[in-house]
Amino acid sequence: MTSVDFSTTLGNSWFPSPIFTASGCASSGRELAQFFALHDIGGVVTKSVMNKARTGRQTPRMAETPSGMLNSIGLQGPGIDAFIAKDIPYLIEEKARIIVSIAGETIEEYSTLARKLRGVAGISAIEVNISCPNVENRGLVFACDADASRRVIDGVRRTIGGELPIIAKLSPDVTDLVSIAKGVVDAGADALSLINTVLGMVINLETMRPHLGGKTGGLSGPAIRPIAVRAVYQVHEAMPSVPILGMGGISSGRDALEFIAAGASAVSVGTASFGNPTALISIQKELKELLAIKGFTSLRDAVGFAHRDQAAD
Amino acid sequence: MQINATLISNKRIGQYHQLIINIGDLAIDCKPGNFVAISVGGDSSRMILRRAFAISRTSISATFGGTMELIVAAHGQGSRWLCEQSEGVSLDVVVPLGTAFGIPTESLPVLLVGGGYGSAPLFGLAEVLNARGCRVDMLLGASTGTKIYAPMEGKRAVNSLRIFTEDGSMGQMGRVTDPIPDLIADLNIAVIYSCGPMPMLGAINAITSKVGVVHQAAVEEAMACGVGICMTCVVPVADSIGAISMLRSCIDGPVMDGALVQWDKVGRAL
Repeated sequence: MTSVDFSTTLGNSWFPSPIFTASGCASSGRELAQFFALHDIGGVVTKSVMNKARTGRQTPRMAETPSGMLNSIGLQGPGIDAFIAKDIPYLIEEKARIIVSIAGETIEEYSTLARKLRGVAGISAIEVNISCPNVENRGLVFACDADASRRVIDGVRRTIGGELPIIAKLSPDVTDLVSIAKGVVDAGADALSLINTVLGMVINLETMRPHLGGKTGGLSGPAIRPIAVRAVYQVHEAMPSVPILGMGGISSGRDALEFIAAGASAVSVGTASFGNPTALISIQKELKELLAIKGFTSLRDAVGFAHRDQAAD
Repeated sequence: MQINATLISNKRIGQYHQLIINIGDLAIDCKPGNFVAISVGGDSSRMILRRAFAISRTSISATFGGTMELIVAAHGQGSRWLCEQSEGVSLDVVVPLGTAFGIPTESLPVLLVGGGYGSAPLFGLAEVLNARGCRVDMLLGASTGTKIYAPMEGKRAVNSLRIFTEDGSMGQMGRVTDPIPDLIADLNIAVIYSCGPMPMLGAINAITSKVGVVHQAAVEEAMACGVGICMTCVVPVADSIGAISMLRSCIDGPVMDGALVQWDKVGRAL
């Protein structure tokens, strides 16, 4: 079997592997480090951190659904100061490549987070989560509004300067994803994360009420994979030069290759780690083997392959 | 550790199944209160999450090496699948997980209180406490007698065992919490160990907090991962200066200091 160049880039950051954790599905890395070395994967995308510590929503916070699950965490976290003091040094010590995910309630909060992260060494990129569905007010999901999305990214870009890549994480729950994607790229995003969870609900038939404490939750897992592949395909078709970090129900190497063929330069694995704490390692191995079997000598040659004319094969 | 482990015995006991699983030397690391997470449904299953089960007992034998016992009630899709598995199948198991019950360093009179499906690990705990020289008394409760798990051999390690059912179909009619205040006074109980539904644990804590008895409670909250990454299984817990945070029952629990758990805030936003 020929060896495959497995490296990839997002903006000006280089990664030896295209397999990352997904934000909110790896906490800050410590827990998964019991199962594999964090530097053995492409990167760790940390759980979205806000300016202040946050306790999150009431339980129940999860419901399993066919080939998926709903979660309603509500951005529980330690706040940016504790995160920078405790979690970043740990990840650096583990030699992990770090992508910090940030979330805010206001446009100013995102800029504040960017300012606090600006001087922190050892970060490969910032993922700007403007699409968390578990907030009190749907009006606060910036990614559902083209203008609000642009203004968040513009604020982060101005604050952080030109060096650190910004990845904007978008929601599939919109009418025109491509126009929102174009807006954030115009505002200074170097790359896009597609997709966040899809808003859903389960009714508990014992209580005849919504099962989750927060009533609605984000649907993840293989159930949403075709939605995510579609989103990656549409956005790559419109902006082939913008790198995409694809995610949504990836649980095998073949799933990852679907995203890459649709246009993703790298992929995040989230819910699969809940069912299998070593999922990232097996997906990474399977993808590498699959690329070799298909005759690719480089991951980059496979990115966006599904957009090529049949005649070019 | 994530391992492929062989199911070496699957026996139906009343409403429950007793599963014995070979986990080799990992059995040495399993303490009462620890739990396991098992993949269910096979590779093509639409059930994507593991199912968590308390370890009721472990043993090391010459024939099988290290094994663990699980007591499983087939009341959901995943547990039904597990109970249908035949001896010899390989299971994908993550073990051991969670924080175990604390064992006193000296011999003290202790009371074990179990509710419904949750009582199984108390028998393994009773053996450990008994070996430590503690006087162990036990109360088990459920809505009805078929939901009581009380194996004959489990009674060897306990000084007394009383059963309470709400419909009176087994033992005494009433709630398992009813006799606790008198038992604390009569037996000079120093520690209560509990596992079962959250309202029962909260009711026990209302008693222990008044009389200053230590309460080690194994909490129950729905979890997706079991290893600390999903943040779904949280319980409101105070720290030493009274600040309340949402702690993960999978790694900061399931055994928690009942005096610090904010029982009135369980299931509510802080």
